[in-house]
Amino acid sequence: MGLFVLRRLGVMLLTAIALTFVVFYLTNLQPNLEKLARTEGSVRMTEEAVQDWIVQNGHSGSVFMRYGQWLGVVPGWTYTDEKGQMRGRCFEIGQDPAAAPNYCGLLQGNWGYSTFFKTPVMDSLGEKLAATGWLMLAVMLVMVPTSLLLGVLSGMREGSATDRTLSTFSIASTATPEYVSGVVLVALFATAATGLSPILAEYGLIEPKKTLFLASATSAMDDITFWNFALPVMTIALYGIGYIARMTRASMTEVMTQQYIRTARLKGVPFRTVVMRHALRNALIAPFTVIMLQFPWLLNGVVIVESLFNYKGFGWTLVQAASNNDIPLLLACSVVAVVVVLLTQLISDIGYVFLNPRIRLA
Amino acid sequence: MDQLTWTGSAGTVLVPVFEIALLVLALALLAKLLFVLAGLDGPRLPGPDGSVAVRSPGLYASVAIRYGFLAALGATLLTLAAGAVMPSPLEAGILGSMAVRFWPVWLSLAATFVLSIRFRRHLGLYGKLFDSTVGMIGFAIVMFWVFTAIFADVIITQDPFIQLSGLKNKVPGIAAPESPYGWYLLGGDHLARDVFSRMVMGAREVLKIAPAATLFAFMVGITLGLPAGYFGGKLDTFISFLANLVLAFPVILLFYLLVTPEIRDTGIPIVLAALLFVFPIVFLCTLWNSRYYTNPPQRNLYVGLTLLIGLWAYSGLAFNLDPLGVWSMEPNMLNVFVSVVFVNSPGVFRIVRGLVMDIKARDYVAAGQTRGEGPWYIMLWEILPNARGPLIVDFCLRIGYTTILLGTLGFFGLGVSPDSPDWGSTIDDGRKLLNLFPHPALAPALALMSLVLGLNLLADGLREESLKD
Repeated sequence: MGLFVLRRLGVMLLTAIALTFVVFYLTNLQPNLEKLARTEGSVRMTEEAVQDWIVQNGHSGSVFMRYGQWLGVVPGWTYTDEKGQMRGRCFEIGQDPAAAPNYCGLLQGNWGYSTFFKTPVMDSLGEKLAATGWLMLAVMLVMVPTSLLLGVLSGMREGSATDRTLSTFSIASTATPEYVSGVVLVALFATAATGLSPILAEYGLIEPKKTLFLASATSAMDDITFWNFALPVMTIALYGIGYIARMTRASMTEVMTQQYIRTARLKGVPFRTVVMRHALRNALIAPFTVIMLQFPWLLNGVVIVESLFNYKGFGWTLVQAASNNDIPLLLACSVVAVVVVLLTQLISDIGYVFLNPRIRLA
Repeated sequence: MDQLTWTGSAGTVLVPVFEIALLVLALALLAKLLFVLAGLDGPRLPGPDGSVAVRSPGLYASVAIRYGFLAALGATLLTLAAGAVMPSPLEAGILGSMAVRFWPVWLSLAATFVLSIRFRRHLGLYGKLFDSTVGMIGFAIVMFWVFTAIFADVIITQDPFIQLSGLKNKVPGIAAPESPYGWYLLGGDHLARDVFSRMVMGAREVLKIAPAATLFAFMVGITLGLPAGYFGGKLDTFISFLANLVLAFPVILLFYLLVTPEIRDTGIPIVLAALLFVFPIVFLCTLWNSRYYTNPPQRNLYVGLTLLIGLWAYSGLAFNLDPLGVWSMEPNMLNVFVSVVFVNSPGVFRIVRGLVMDIKARDYVAAGQTRGEGPWYIMLWEILPNARGPLIVDFCLRIGYTTILLGTLGFFGLGVSPDSPDWGSTIDDGRKLLNLFPHPALAPALALMSLVLGLNLLADGLREESLKD
């Protein structure tokens, strides 16, 4: 077991390095750097001035060395201009270069300075991650119980009318990406023009010109309420529910055909007890893996939903960083994303071995 | 000219029917769920005294669900059909008029279904699809959009790029005196263009890329997955590592990195295209070579033809260097296409690899090996045909997934021209004023959802039928 975890960790580390290098390479391509020079310097810089700016700010040289600097395993760059003033990765202009550390990258805790938000990346990313954390938590609280319930209900009697109805619902929900369900939900619940709100207002159940839910989750940054948080959470959860429910259903139908279930039924144990005591425990092993592997998908959903509902969390930050060519912030975002994806994969692998005693690893 | 109503004159009767049916359906569904949870569902429950079997409450709920659903469906279909007999769009209503605009689609659908059902016993897996209701519904939805894409020029009510003054963000059914048709069936968008025509044209945009990109992803995935699964060892470890690398990327991050105007200047899309577009040629050449290498003239003919056409298309598509100018792809389109293929192929690779590892332990593979057949013959002509069932199912699902990915790209405004009518970017355009004017975003959203739903249902039907073998 220990060896298995160690090997997995090794592969994971290798994957993380490869992935971050790819992101680093793609964000630090020459056109991106030129664009950065023009936004940081001035828009009307000449071609040579742009090239000089790139050299003076440590963006020249081999991409491997720059990646090493960013990671913190290669000493940071320094540049001395014609006036003899030094600037470098690890110190501000005017500070004493001798006092500054040689290495200052990710490993030393230096995530860089966001060119778009004008703050250190660590500060802006921290609060954004907390905001997304709340969103994820709410999504999980809605998605997991609902999908497990749907999956177990439809898998318990394969082929019944309940099964067919719920399966159709699951298929429909997997066919509805977040940007579609978000639009449909807003049109149904959050506009004064269409959907339920005008009808309810007509009956006097809600105030006129008010809507059932809020189409923007910006206010949820300070204060999460059912009114402003329900739609973003439902939008992300809907897409995942169908998939997890289908997996749970498959696992449940398989368990229900097992010998020990038949034995329990023939002993005269009531159907409900068989489902609750005998079947559920074994049927929920496979969905565990699926739920863990949903995290990367959730990350996609988070990006779409946060842009759609204007909720300033991790996904929104990623979009801002990417569309404003904010290289350090985009790199930090991708590190977070990659770590989340790889960690959930590891947890799902290890958890599967723990939950399923039939798997024994040397 | 007056504004159109949704249902026209037929609606006065049919709308109340529809509403009652919907209410019955909702109540019955709720009751059914409660009965299931309370354990009151099942074919026959023992009566109170334990002897007589009575019908369970769940059964009554099911009956109510069925009739509620049928009544709602009937009312909707009648409203649509009423449009055909009404003299003008004013009586036909928006729904009826839209149904009339789609007339080539209905004709083609009817022809397809009549012919397919007539000859279904001679059509293999495709024919068997018509034994499954779910599969038929899915197929009908998919074909609806395919025919819409084909006949889009006939269906649209005006050019999807034309902006008419005074129709900005107007509600569905608004009169448009300057438009040749006279009305904006689904209203106007934020630039006063016709939402209905843009939605119809969007189908063409989506269906131009999604199936082709999926096909390419399959070629890449199969060409790499077959040897990885069959030979195993270091080759497998290496390719699997690369595949997992791509799969571990959050898709949106990858799109933001790969589909930008800046990246086109660096030539990375062309390098990727050069790499990915080689696989179909390699795949086909290996396919012919392994089958006909005992018969050199025939082999040379097939491989030569493949190389000739393949390299011709390759030069045009990847490098835009086709001497005759038949094959070419805009840089924008190439970038989107390549990224979508790149994101999809590792998934296909994993499925093919798993299938091959399962199938290679079968007796007929061992028999082939004993006969002295080469590894590529066994992979391509023994294993691959036997893996076709799950692969066809995955192909349908994956077209749906690709459609979603293309929509995502459009939603973030990546890689498409700003006024392109494709569904993703139309949703993106509409979302800025979503809570004031939801209709411009709603039409493409529902269109995209129905296409993906159709593909998923089709895949489900195919899976069911292929498992019956």
